[in-house]
This record gives sequence, structure tokens and C-alpha cells, in this order.
Amino acid sequence: MKHLPVAGKFITVLFTAAFLVACSGSDTKKEDEAAAAAAAAAAAASASAARAAQETADKQQTLDDAAAAVGNVFYFDFDSSNLRSDAIEALNAHIAALQGTDRSVRLEGHTDERGTREYNIALGERRANSVRDYMVANGIATHRIESVSYGEERPIAYGSGESNWSQNRRVELK
Amino acid sequence: MKWLTVLALKLALLMISLGARAELTIEITQGMDNPTAIAVVPFAWQGPGSAPTDIASVIDGDLNRSGQFLPVSRSDMLGLPSVQSEVYYRDWRAIDTEYLVIGRVSVAGQMRIEYELFDVLRQNKVHAGVVTGAVSEARMLAHQVSDAIYEKLTGIRGAFATRLLYVSVTRVPGGNDYFRLTLADSDGARPIVLLESREPVMGPTWSPDGRQIAYVSFESSRPAIYRQDLATGQREQLTNFKGLNSSPSWSPDGNTMAMVLSKDGSPDIYLMNLASKQLTRVTRHYAIDTEPAWMPDGKSLLFTSDRGGRPQIYRYSLSSGNTERVTFEGTYNARARVAQDGRNVVMVHQQNGSFHIALLDLVSDRLHVLTATELDESPSIAPNGSMVLYATKYAEQGILAAVSVDGGVKFRLPAREGDVREPAWSPYMGR
Repeated sequence: MKHLPVAGKFITVLFTAAFLVACSGSDTKKEDEAAAAAAAAAAAASASAARAAQETADKQQTLDDAAAAVGNVFYFDFDSSNLRSDAIEALNAHIAALQGTDRSVRLEGHTDERGTREYNIALGERRANSVRDYMVANGIATHRIESVSYGEERPIAYGSGESNWSQNRRVELK
Repeated sequence: MKWLTVLALKLALLMISLGARAELTIEITQGMDNPTAIAVVPFAWQGPGSAPTDIASVIDGDLNRSGQFLPVSRSDMLGLPSVQSEVYYRDWRAIDTEYLVIGRVSVAGQMRIEYELFDVLRQNKVHAGVVTGAVSEARMLAHQVSDAIYEKLTGIRGAFATRLLYVSVTRVPGGNDYFRLTLADSDGARPIVLLESREPVMGPTWSPDGRQIAYVSFESSRPAIYRQDLATGQREQLTNFKGLNSSPSWSPDGNTMAMVLSKDGSPDIYLMNLASKQLTRVTRHYAIDTEPAWMPDGKSLLFTSDRGGRPQIYRYSLSSGNTERVTFEGTYNARARVAQDGRNVVMVHQQNGSFHIALLDLVSDRLHVLTATELDESPSIAPNGSMVLYATKYAEQGILAAVSVDGGVKFRLPAREGDVREPAWSPYMGR
């Protein structure tokens, strides 16, 4: 939104110029000229604003694309809610994309099948919250983030063994 | 209201179409070394046509499942007496039968089952009884006969005329699994789907009078605790707090629901007065506190906490407010359930990386590992304290299994379809 003050100043300067022109003469021709100048100035300002908005949208699109490229799933080590370095890298892309918007996100925490279901629901919440805390520390307002834990109830991979379990220990950003 | 109607319709359809598919079967995997040989002779049907339910086979199945009895096969029986005058003890001694059950079934409005139990070696009648009830409840009446026979011969009240709740899941990859909450008889027969959802259903539990149930459903895309009346189907949402809403557990007097909420930060145990809905916070710790279970006297609660680094069972006294650690053996002990005697506690116990069901005797302080499979969880103890039902994995499928509290008897209850989990054994349903 940085373009707005710049465009605003530009318009103010132009209107001031137009006003000075309008006041300097008394005949209607001069007034018409002044009005035309003001209109031209306004058109120029609006074109500039549109250009700036387009630039912002393009920039946001680039950030969104970068976030989409890293995926929305962050994986965790066994029995851990600590963010792994690959997760932090991916999260940074999402944070960058969120910073220019007021979008809300939902963090869904998941665990593998080992251990009791209720304890795993609590572990899943811990994982979702550790992602939330990292996002808040990096400037995303708490009210924009909702954490929900599914524990071991929604596996990606149904089988047993580490190759399946490692896919299920995750937080999904939606 | 619209979705309620839709739900009711869905449920009606489900009961017709899926009833049979959700049914559990029984496979006995380990019995006692010297089970008592008992012959349950087919009961004489004293009505028109053929008998609607094979009462004797239901009783036969119950006694067999206890592991303490070995029913005599019908093809080995030398006669099929239905009244005492037809009983020839020598016929039963000849095939090493120790006890004999005969009976008669009639219907005059209600079903009436008369039965007699004989001691073959002593050649005398041990017990005779009559049960009556609706024809539609024939199987439950048969379970009541089993309860009486079991109590006469073992001295322990039978728990066959009880029911089970369990959650079953049909896998649909891509996060589209189907979750069902099912109510069935203690032998897995007559399953009724109480709730079907695309979102998880968890933690089913019983009110102490067996008339209501509570559970967690994610149907609103967030977890919430509901309670439901079994007779009317009426449902009430008890909680919908930010964060966890889990582990509902009814107090023994039926007035309070213990539960886990994380609305104030980390998961803690709370008590809800079911009349006023007022909440009282019980634990206050930054660690995970979860899985509350009432002691039968209602004076204290067991719960799981990782406040010591790893999950262990703790006990909270409602009168003193003191918390003490209960389990010390092993690095993972969780989800305790207490037998009615207040002495035996079953839990999930990790040993060499595998999760087993273990029993802790609170008097001797001894821990016995009851199961040998790898991913055992959700133990639920029978109201008479004899058997523990739990969930495990068998051939990559989630199934229910049972083990006796002494570890001597084991059986599996595989479902024909889907993964079955979180069994909850009902209290006694009243006589």
C-alpha cells in the first residue's frame, strides 16, 4: 500500500497547480483550461495508482507462488513439536506471503499412530501451536491463526512403520 | 434443524444397509488350560413355527468367550433333553460333561425363557430360573441366562447382558474417511450406527446408569463434546471451546463430566457440572494433562500427564487437591481405566518400543503386561472386572480384542470391514 501516499502527494501537487492557474485569470476560457488540466492530472494519477496496484498484486502473486511451491505441510520428528529447518524455510515463504494480506489461516496438527489417541490429540495441538508461535513471532497476528488438532485420526499414510509414520507427523496450513 | 433431519434419515438408511457389515465376529485365540466342560442343549421352542432366536447358541457363545468354559458340541450330544425327566446323567458323563443346561422358550406377548443347570458329577440341579422380556430382546434375554449360569459356577456376576460402543472407520484416501459410532451387544451382535460422519469421532463413554453416552465429534470441523440419550436419541452439545475438547468421563454419581480443555493454554482437566454447565479447573500445568478416569468412589481421578518428561499416570484427590504419581515402571503409561473394585487399573504401557495393555494392582503395586501385540490401546474393563476389551492392529486392520485380567484368556473381534477402535464397555444395564 506504499503507493497511495506517493500518488496522493502527486494529486495534491497537481490540484494546487490547477487551482493557481484557475485563480490567475478571470475569463471562462482560462477556467476551462484549468479544468482540463485538472482532469488530465487526475487521469495520470489514477493510471499511476493502477500501475502501483498491479505491481503490488504481481509482487503478492510471486510470494503466493513461492509459498505454494514449498507446500503447505510441515513435518516433525518422532515425539517432537520442534520446527525442523526444512519446516522453517517453508514457513518463512508462507509468512512472507501472508504479511501483505489480511488472510486467516488454519493450522491442523497431526501425529503418527503410536501412543494413545487422546495424548496424541494433545501432541498434535502442541505441533500446531509451535507453528503458530513461530508465525506470531514473525509478525502474523494471533487472531488470524486457528489451530485444530486431529491427533492420529487423519493419517496421510495408513500403514505402520517409519516410512508411513513420518508422513503423518505433520502440521498442515490451510 | 435441517441437518438433523438429514442425519436421522441417513441413520435410518445406515441401520438397514450397513448394519450387517459393521458386525464383529469372534475368534478365540487363547483359553484357560482346564476349562469346565458344559453342555448347553438347544432350548425347546414352545411356540408356532420355528424359534426366532437360537437361545442356547447365544449362551454357548458367551460361556465359550469367557475362556473358563468349553461348550460341548451339539453333534456329540447323545440326547437333547428339555425337561429334567429327560436328563440321563450317564449320557453326559460318557462325553466328559461337567455341567448341563437345558431350557424352554415360549412366547405369549412376551418371550419367556425357563432354564435349569445341572451338576453332572453330583447328579443334582444347581440352579433354575426364568427370564422374560420383549421378543425383539431375545438375545439380551439369552445373555441374562448366561449371566446367571456364570455367576452360579464362578461366584462372579456375569457381564454378558451388557453393551459396547466403538468407533469404526472406513478408509477413503485423500482425507475422506468415514467415521461411525456404533452400539452393539457385548458379543458384537445387533450393531446400531449412532453417528456417521466424514469428520473424526472419538472417546465414546457411558453414563454410570448406561442410559446416556458422551463422545467427541469433529463434525463442526472442530472438536466438541456431545452427550446423547440412547432411548430418545436426543443430543446435547456440552462444549465448543477453542482448542481441545476431549476425553469426556462421567463421574460415578452421574452429575459431573470430567473432560480435557486447552482453552486456557495447555491441555488441563476440568469438571463440568452437568446441571449448571459450570466448569471447575482441576489441573493447572503447562504440560499435557489428559485422559481423566474416575476412581469408583468418585473421590479422586486418575489422569495422564507428561509433567515429568514422559507420559505417566497421576492421581488427583478432589478433597485435598493433591496430585501424586501412580506409575513408575516404564517410560510410557497412559489412558488408565479403573475396575469397579477400585484396585485393578488397566492402561497403555510401552515396552521395548511396543504398546501393550498392562494391569496395575493398586494394592500390591505390581504391573502385569497382559498383551503381546504391538499397537494395543484404549483398554476398557468389563463391569464385573473379568475382561479387558482393547483396540489393536491385526493384518494391518484396526480390530478389537479382549484379554482376561489374569492374561489367561484372549479373543479377537475382527470386523468384516474397516478399522474398529476405542471400545467402551457399558456398565451393568440393570436386571
